[in-house]
Amino acid sequence: MPIGLLLVQALNGLQLGILLFLVAAGLTLVFGVMHFINLAHGVQYMLGAYLGATLAAWTGSFWLGLVLALPAALLCGLVLEVAVFRHLYGRDHLSQVLATFGVILFLNEAVRTLWGSAPLPMAMPESLSGGIPLMPGLLYPTYRLAIIAAGLATALLLWFLVERTRLGMLVRAGASNAPMVSALGVDIGRLFTAVFGFGAMLAGFAGVLAGPIFSVEPGMGDNLLILAFVVIVIGGIGSIRGAFLAALLVGLLDTLGRSLLPELMRLFLAPSPARQAGAALASMLVYVVMAAILALRPAGLFPARGA
Amino acid sequence: MADGAAPTAAGPAARLSRDGLPLLLFALLAAAPFAGFGDGASLTLMARAMILALAATGLWLLVGGAGLISLGHAATLGCGAYAVAILDAHGITEGAIVFPVAILGAGLFAFLTGAVSLRTSGVHFIMITLAFGQMAFFTAASLAAYGGDDGYTLYGRTEFLGGRLLESRLVFHFVCLGALALVWALCRAVLASRFGRVLRATRENPLRVQAVGFSPYPYRLAAYTLAGMTGGLAGALLANATEFVSPAILAWQRSGDLLFAVILGGLGRLHGAMLGAFAFLLLEETLSHVTAHWRLLFGPLLVLAVIFLPGGLVGGLVGGRRKPGGPA
Amino acid sequence: MGAAAALLPARRARAQQAGIKVGLVAIQTGPQAALGTQLRDGFLLGLRHLDGKLGGLPAETVMIDDELKPDVAVTKVRAAIERDKVDVVAGVIFSNILQAIMRPVTESQTFLISTNAGPSTFAGRGCNPFFFTTSYNNDQVHSVMGQAAQDAGYRRVFVMVPNYQAGRDAAAGFRSRFKGEVVDEVYVPLTQLDFSAELAKFAAAKPDALFTFMPGGLGVNLVRQYRQAGLANIPFLSTFTVDESTLPAQGEAALGFYTAAPWAPNMDNPANTRFVRDFEAAFGYVPGSYAAQSYDAAMLLDSAVRRVGGKLSDKAALREALRKADFHSVRGNFRFGVNHYPVQDFWLCKVAKRPDGKFQTETVRKVLADDVDPYAAECRMR
Repeated sequence: MPIGLLLVQALNGLQLGILLFLVAAGLTLVFGVMHFINLAHGVQYMLGAYLGATLAAWTGSFWLGLVLALPAALLCGLVLEVAVFRHLYGRDHLSQVLATFGVILFLNEAVRTLWGSAPLPMAMPESLSGGIPLMPGLLYPTYRLAIIAAGLATALLLWFLVERTRLGMLVRAGASNAPMVSALGVDIGRLFTAVFGFGAMLAGFAGVLAGPIFSVEPGMGDNLLILAFVVIVIGGIGSIRGAFLAALLVGLLDTLGRSLLPELMRLFLAPSPARQAGAALASMLVYVVMAAILALRPAGLFPARGA
Repeated sequence: MADGAAPTAAGPAARLSRDGLPLLLFALLAAAPFAGFGDGASLTLMARAMILALAATGLWLLVGGAGLISLGHAATLGCGAYAVAILDAHGITEGAIVFPVAILGAGLFAFLTGAVSLRTSGVHFIMITLAFGQMAFFTAASLAAYGGDDGYTLYGRTEFLGGRLLESRLVFHFVCLGALALVWALCRAVLASRFGRVLRATRENPLRVQAVGFSPYPYRLAAYTLAGMTGGLAGALLANATEFVSPAILAWQRSGDLLFAVILGGLGRLHGAMLGAFAFLLLEETLSHVTAHWRLLFGPLLVLAVIFLPGGLVGGLVGGRRKPGGPA
Repeated sequence: MGAAAALLPARRARAQQAGIKVGLVAIQTGPQAALGTQLRDGFLLGLRHLDGKLGGLPAETVMIDDELKPDVAVTKVRAAIERDKVDVVAGVIFSNILQAIMRPVTESQTFLISTNAGPSTFAGRGCNPFFFTTSYNNDQVHSVMGQAAQDAGYRRVFVMVPNYQAGRDAAAGFRSRFKGEVVDEVYVPLTQLDFSAELAKFAAAKPDALFTFMPGGLGVNLVRQYRQAGLANIPFLSTFTVDESTLPAQGEAALGFYTAAPWAPNMDNPANTRFVRDFEAAFGYVPGSYAAQSYDAAMLLDSAVRRVGGKLSDKAALREALRKADFHSVRGNFRFGVNHYPVQDFWLCKVAKRPDGKFQTETVRKVLADDVDPYAAECRMR
């Protein structure tokens, strides 16, 4: 395979990984701090995309849409936290899985009722609509490079917030011993609400970014949610660093697997079955890797401290 | 039956009150075809409900019995269903071959994946079972010879000794009912046995179980395999009910539906799984008649059920809150 | 609580009146629901044009949402036949749903009229006296694009389809009439969101054209990403990828892209002009082939029921009347072949922007005339 193509494929993998990280970060934060499994995180990504698409169409500007969608996504997250999730913190994981599954059903249907089931268009910002010729005949869209840059910046910001600020210290402390933090006079309920809202906003941010390249439609978060769970489980639940590395790993694996496996299978099979078998294998590759990692390291690659 | 020897069974009267509800359910289901519900649509719906209940009962063994939350149970249904389809494609429709293959095939799948999955616990167990479920899903979708993603239409229902017994909906109804009652009785017996007590103890306190010299692993693996076999039976019945097999049977959302049925019913009692499955289908049927957007109602109901019915239907029905994992 | 008793649906005793009931299978949930909505609206407009009657009998429609789950579809269709006593089952977007409900419907001697799904399974040896379709055989549409590519003189074509039966059929259908070189055949998962890896491969292969089949949301993603990657100068040949159900989301990105179809909204005949005008007035969006074929199905039913004088119980006479296809199709030419699949013209179509700013596909040229599907010869219709 030519180097140019390999580079483009690696960039594609990186970009998918970044998007996955933005969704997984909120998921792992919420799990790490509150030991709460939130399946509804995927629909928060979807809500972000819908809010972004609607607000961008309404204001006529992608940037205004983005700026307005973030607080709107935050608000949605807070409303959900107060109305539903707050009542589930003390419960076992099973109850959390089911109740949040109920939220998924509701929100997917609500979105369908409000916006219809046809995919929604979302224009990308004028300034980023061009492309850079990384290999002959193919423009690599500037917008995708911008997603990578925005994701890396967010990762850096998150790292700074969690490791270097007082709020981050509380979050880390809450993760290892919530009752103790509470006993020291910190309003743990407010902390939880804040972390939750922040996670929802990150997912919404990912949704707005994804809007112009993926189709904005009901249920768009479901597949991504499963991949995000794969990411946080591989990375070690509760660990931001693990989520970041695992997201990049999953993104690269998925993309490179899809482009390389069919070629690889051709060494063993006739061209047509090789393509089909390769494609089938590529779609289960991340799951195979996750099962292997869990079988060897049951707590994931980077288990969070005390969690 | 082994449950006669179980120390929890104090006497016939106590036993009747304990098993009254499931026995009443079986009686109602047996009488239903003769009490005005003998038309095709009702029989189809009841068969679907009983098959779902059967699969949920197997899953209860894991969730309620061993405290293992599997999000990959649908894969074992898929094994059973695809066993029927693949044999059918090769002209083998004899029930005496098809059903054992379906059950053992699903059991083997569960044994192999369980052997790996049970190395993990908690959330990681949920995720690794999901991973195996997804692998099974993509494998089924790539079986081009058996319809691939489009699914496979059976030439006919499974036969018994050459007789096309299951073609009659009434016979099929009683086959499903018999299978459900049998699986329920079997799971009940297993839970009441020494094996079942150790299994429940591994759920309550794995460390203590280890301290007294039991390793939880083989017990959990055996339970996982057994649950897989019931899943295989349910899958084979499901394939016969719809005369159609497709990867949709293995989708992770179906595993979610099954878990929901188990929880809705309640972890206090084994027959909670049946109650949950029936209630689940009933809700879906009723709500989808009310509005096309029935999920708008179903979702919040699910949330409310989890928040306000922590013991599930069984807990709600029995009145007092049972500790999960109590006597089955 | 008598859970078992309560589980059963409320039974509605209904006196058999002199009317006709149609069970309309149209997906209403999930990402593909937009297609079901088109199908439903097309049929309903047909009924509206017929004053709510089919062949003089007052018509009632029973909506069936298959949820794209075969087992759900079978359960609901059985209930419609046995409980609601529908006289005809129509609709169905997806082939796998059609395959699941085929036996239960036809074995109960109920006519099944597919208004979209047209798998080859029921066109050849599996043809059925109770089954008709007002759409096409799926393979025909793909082979039309193969012929169009051949006619245009493309030598090297890159094929990209989803990895499932219909996708593999699409690739095979295209190859059946395209004689040039297929430089690569790429299969992507049905849940694909991002085509960047495949598009990079595509650009590296430097082909003359792309052939693809990406229904629904898949197509929305592919079209936008194709345009963004600066590949739009390479002809985009597709089937079921750019149509009126996806164009609102694809918009400018799909402009100039090709598709193959037996019908397009701009076709100039009185039946079609009336259909498109009234459809847009009633539902506020541009109709696609899903709507057009359902509209035709309503007209077909009307003509057949009228011919037998409303006697629905005489199945043989009703079948003969359906075979006549004595109605004005929005496609112009229309008749049934021996396997009850249409014999019709196929067109190369192109996405265009209308003066009112909406997008639609428009005919470019006729590729095949009076085309009979390749399986019809194998059918021994009883």
